[in-house]
Amino acid sequence: MTVREVAVEAYREALPVLALSAVGGLFAGVVLGGMDAELKRVAGLLVLVPALLATRGNVYGSLGARLGSALHQGLVDPTFSTDDERVNAAVAAALANGVLVSGVAAVLTVALLTALGRPAASLGTFVAIALTAGLISGVVLTVAVVSVVFVGYRRGLNPDTLAGPVVTTTGDVVGVATLLVATRLVLALGGG
Amino acid sequence: MATAEWTVRGIVRRMLPVLIVLTAIELGSGIILDTFEGTLLRYPTLLVLVPVTIGMAGNLGSILAARLSTALHLGLLSFDAADERLAGNAVATIALAVTVFPLVGAGAWLLQTVVGRTALPLGTVVAVALTSGVVLAVLAVAVTTITTYAAYRFELDPDDVVIPVVTNVCDVLGVLVLFGAVRVLVGG
Repeated sequence: MTVREVAVEAYREALPVLALSAVGGLFAGVVLGGMDAELKRVAGLLVLVPALLATRGNVYGSLGARLGSALHQGLVDPTFSTDDERVNAAVAAALANGVLVSGVAAVLTVALLTALGRPAASLGTFVAIALTAGLISGVVLTVAVVSVVFVGYRRGLNPDTLAGPVVTTTGDVVGVATLLVATRLVLALGGG
Repeated sequence: MATAEWTVRGIVRRMLPVLIVLTAIELGSGIILDTFEGTLLRYPTLLVLVPVTIGMAGNLGSILAARLSTALHLGLLSFDAADERLAGNAVATIALAVTVFPLVGAGAWLLQTVVGRTALPLGTVVAVALTSGVVLAVLAVAVTTITTYAAYRFELDPDDVVIPVVTNVCDVLGVLVLFGAVRVLVGG
């Protein structure tokens, strides 16, 4: 293959996925752009944003990959059932990881901002926001990933190529939107 | 895959340490964002660009990483500037950035206009997006090639190592490059 042929093939394969995730990212951005009031009230909240978004991708992307491989290997029944112990364990582990890492990110954020002498909201506020956002986004993304992987597989689509783009597109939107909801909730309950 | 690996405890124990390291890396980009929070809050259109720039940088890197890893597994890749696959994929990554980023800039401006709070001209937002995109594409090619080469030299499976490293490093670079582009094109 010549350089040109390789480049054209790679370009064509990647463009739809990139365009899709650009649309998702832009909507996430609009939500973030409308969050300026919350960002001003909770000093340092912006520090959490990249970590929370990456966690969504890392945790639920890996859940999708795990379920996809298990379906390919026949370890999991293609008809989704809440009795399947493997699926339940994978989902529970993803939720536990997502919530735990969000909490760790909150603690590290406050520690880092304090060490740098920058303004930061209280530890309690940060932890409450991160855990709430982690839990809500975890439930939403689990439902999205599990349905896409199982429905896609039954319709003859490869869950490996399906799960990645779905997680990257929905992950950012769900990640920012749940951060907004969690922040408003915590502020309404007296945090800040 | 053994049944023992599918317990909640097993999955958490294997993944949590990696996730915490990646989170610590991402907090680095969070701190950079925090230093130019004033500019971002003054021009919310730039705030709109944050998730999409981070996401696209990670995606450009991870797509390239996946392609190079597969080529390496198949024995089709050699680390030489004249290698067709390496050069072709590098060219495609830059072409993708040049295609997608101006649209991302225009989209951010348009959506922010609909919401009704645009303070920056269209040309500036597109210029910030395009400049960030091209610089990021070049950096993504460099980071991915170096990481894939390192995995190859140390005989690690590129699928396990390269994608998480490249995605998260590109996320951090995404924020850094956006910060630089805003500094140069919009000002402090």
